[in-house]
Amino acid sequence: MHSLTFDIAHLLAGGLVLVSFMMLYQDRLFALINVFALHAIVLAMSVAWQAYIQDAHHLYVTAAIALVFKAIVIPVGLHRIIQRLGIHRDIETAVGIGPTMLAGIGLVTLSMVLMLRVTPEADPLAREDLAFALSIILLGLLVMVTRRNAVSQVVGFMSLENGLVLAATGAKGMPLVVEISVAFSILIAFIVIGVFLFRIRERFDSVDVGALDDYRGERR
Amino acid sequence: MISGAAVLLWSIAALLGTAVLAIAESRRSGSGTHLIYSLTLGISAAVLLVLASRIFDDPVTPSTAALPLGLPWIGAHFRLDALSMFFLVVVNFGGAMASLYGLGYGRHESAPHRVLPFFPAFLAGMNLVVLADDAFTFLLSWEFMSLASWALVMAHHREQDNARAGYIYLVMASFGTLALLLAFGLLSGPGGNYTFEAMRAAAPTPFVATFVLALMLLGAGSKAGLVPLHVWLPLAHPAAPSHVSALMSGVMTKVAIYGFIRVTFDLLGEPAWWSGVAVLFLGGLTAVLGILYALMEKDLKRLLAYSTIENVGVIFVSLGLALAFKANAMPSAAALALTAALFHVLNHSFFKSLLFFGAGAVLTATGERDMEKLGGLIHRMPLTSFAFLVGCVAISALPPFNGFVSEWLAFQAILQSPDLPQWGLKVMVPAVGGLLALSAALAAACFVKAFGITFLGRPRSAAVERAYEVDRYSLAAMFALAALCLFAGILPGLVIDGLSSVTRPLVGSRMPVQMAQAWLSIVPIAASRSSYNGLLVFLFIAFSASAAAYVIHRFASHALRRGPAWGCGFPDVTPSSQYTAVSFAQPIRRVFGTFVFRARETVEMPAPGEIGPSRLNVEMHDVIWEVVYQPIARGIDFATEHLNHLQFLTIRRYLTLVFLFLVALLLVLALWP
Repeated sequence: MHSLTFDIAHLLAGGLVLVSFMMLYQDRLFALINVFALHAIVLAMSVAWQAYIQDAHHLYVTAAIALVFKAIVIPVGLHRIIQRLGIHRDIETAVGIGPTMLAGIGLVTLSMVLMLRVTPEADPLAREDLAFALSIILLGLLVMVTRRNAVSQVVGFMSLENGLVLAATGAKGMPLVVEISVAFSILIAFIVIGVFLFRIRERFDSVDVGALDDYRGERR
Repeated sequence: MISGAAVLLWSIAALLGTAVLAIAESRRSGSGTHLIYSLTLGISAAVLLVLASRIFDDPVTPSTAALPLGLPWIGAHFRLDALSMFFLVVVNFGGAMASLYGLGYGRHESAPHRVLPFFPAFLAGMNLVVLADDAFTFLLSWEFMSLASWALVMAHHREQDNARAGYIYLVMASFGTLALLLAFGLLSGPGGNYTFEAMRAAAPTPFVATFVLALMLLGAGSKAGLVPLHVWLPLAHPAAPSHVSALMSGVMTKVAIYGFIRVTFDLLGEPAWWSGVAVLFLGGLTAVLGILYALMEKDLKRLLAYSTIENVGVIFVSLGLALAFKANAMPSAAALALTAALFHVLNHSFFKSLLFFGAGAVLTATGERDMEKLGGLIHRMPLTSFAFLVGCVAISALPPFNGFVSEWLAFQAILQSPDLPQWGLKVMVPAVGGLLALSAALAAACFVKAFGITFLGRPRSAAVERAYEVDRYSLAAMFALAALCLFAGILPGLVIDGLSSVTRPLVGSRMPVQMAQAWLSIVPIAASRSSYNGLLVFLFIAFSASAAAYVIHRFASHALRRGPAWGCGFPDVTPSSQYTAVSFAQPIRRVFGTFVFRARETVEMPAPGEIGPSRLNVEMHDVIWEVVYQPIARGIDFATEHLNHLQFLTIRRYLTLVFLFLVALLLVLALWP
């Protein structure tokens, strides 16, 4: 029974990494948001499974928050913003898809090597979770730095935050306060960046962050 | 009975209150010079009285006090032990004298509201540093002292070069504090206990001790003026008003030396034998270079500032010797060297304050600091010149004044070096002794120049001819210091015995009791080896001089004859045909200057038939500034210019930088063996 719970947790966390990889090669905004919603769903399942095996009921709340806000409210909100603003639906990438994927593989390898080396005496489940969480965080950062579009940077940031939630729930005994604060912080970030998008729209008629650079007279 | 530390804290509070009062005064009426300096004089004198009642206690029972200020988990600790008591005497005596002098000198101050609030604050800061008993309080007071003195340096900020002096001072002071911060961080260890009590109890590993020593040399050394960290000192000390210059040179450098002694002798535990080597080397270098710079200088106050560097070098040589002896379990020799260092601290605070006061008097009377425009002041300011002469004789280490005694003690300590077991020290210490002797001789030449060019000869400018004697407060301060120079020179045994309680806790021994010796001699080790009697020397000089004067007046002709002075071959004798400060120093510049200053003399001869003067041009370089500081400045300029475009990246690029740095750190962590 124990190995089965471990395998399922492993499967869900690994699935999360896989969905992060899916984000890397999306070149349409809507597709990216849909993948992000999937990311949040897998996160919610993973957290719920952690709640079940750790017998920690407060983690169900975290899972619900992830499901409701990240999988439904935010993607729907982003869809509406994009439609309302009439943003270009394709994503301009700074680095090609192929190199990005290779870089992603390198990052996952790095986090595996690192985490498995520095936590030899930790609980194997927490160990795997931490390694996956670090991969997700690094992949989220990679999404942020390889995209020129503001919306995709927001999505990258939120997927990074999903990695943090995974790490937080993987370790036993993490109090609920932490997850709620993290969830709220991401919500606030979403609101701030949403406002930011509207501002850009008013001034530059685009959500490409490059417009800010043009305004400042800088080359990209 | 209220403890000594508490009394000191109250007096510091009073000084700070005076500073606040000074702000209010300057707001209200524009000047409260008399009130403020009277208050600081009163407070410093009161502290001296309190200390005087305990100065000959042996052993001194330390008294402590704690205030709930500073870091919440440790508070602010203060401790009054023998070492801090000695330095408090130096600080408060210097403060009292500067206040007395300020009573007169301060009236000529053009911007009293820029000086008055900071003067008591500066005194309070120095008192706090010496009293502090935990690293946080120490560093805070140290910075407070630096900032207050910086404000005083910037008092006349519109004068040429003063803003630059203030800037360089600020940079060097923050660098020094950084070094001290790191040193205390190492001393407190991973536990992070910042009280000196805990640091004393924890014995640092040799590796840590080396770093702490190096950092203390950087931190305290930059404040005290060790070469090559001295560059701010000759700029900043003369820029302040003269009584503040006296405090900075005579007292603040001593507070830095206090910090060095406190850490290396008290907190660091047993030193390694080579820990003295770096101190000795830097001390010797500082002594010789400082006085060479002073010799080349023609600005009176800058000359005095450079001479401060020399004296700091002398003190550090003695401290290095004390470290070497202490490491080799030779406590009596270590006590001798440490006594020499502390005695010189006291002496230098006396005569350097006196000389700066004299320079300030000259500045008040003539408005000139440039010696090439002075001369002949002995006729117009006879009392000032007499006091200045006493200071010059004392600082040139001539008996029977106090400078001789402390340098003689330092040489006695150097003569102990053959007993050291390490060959490196056996060879090095006499070499450093040679440097010390050279610097002493050069110092004598330097002060012959300072006194001769400024006070003797004929006036070189109209301003000097209009000069007048300064007020009685300034004269009182100068004569009190001159009297003390003589007193400490005649009765050195009193000072040495007073220092015994300081040396015993630090090196585990003391010098033999001196006041019990017959005829007030001092005998550092044994009567068969060496002894000195300031009183006898003084009596002999007084007697032989009066006898000579009597014989001349008794037997020589009474007829008064006035004849033309020999014009040295000049057809018309004008003031400009006198020796100048530069020409006086020329032989020494020829000997040392080509090496130390890369000095070059070129003669420009007019072509035959052309009518015009020929010129002798002297080109000199400040080698330390060019070799050490200019490359650093160029490097910073280069880096800032090339890093500037980092200010204007896109958000994505910034994120990329953060990301790459994170990945690099993770890689390091992954690859770390």
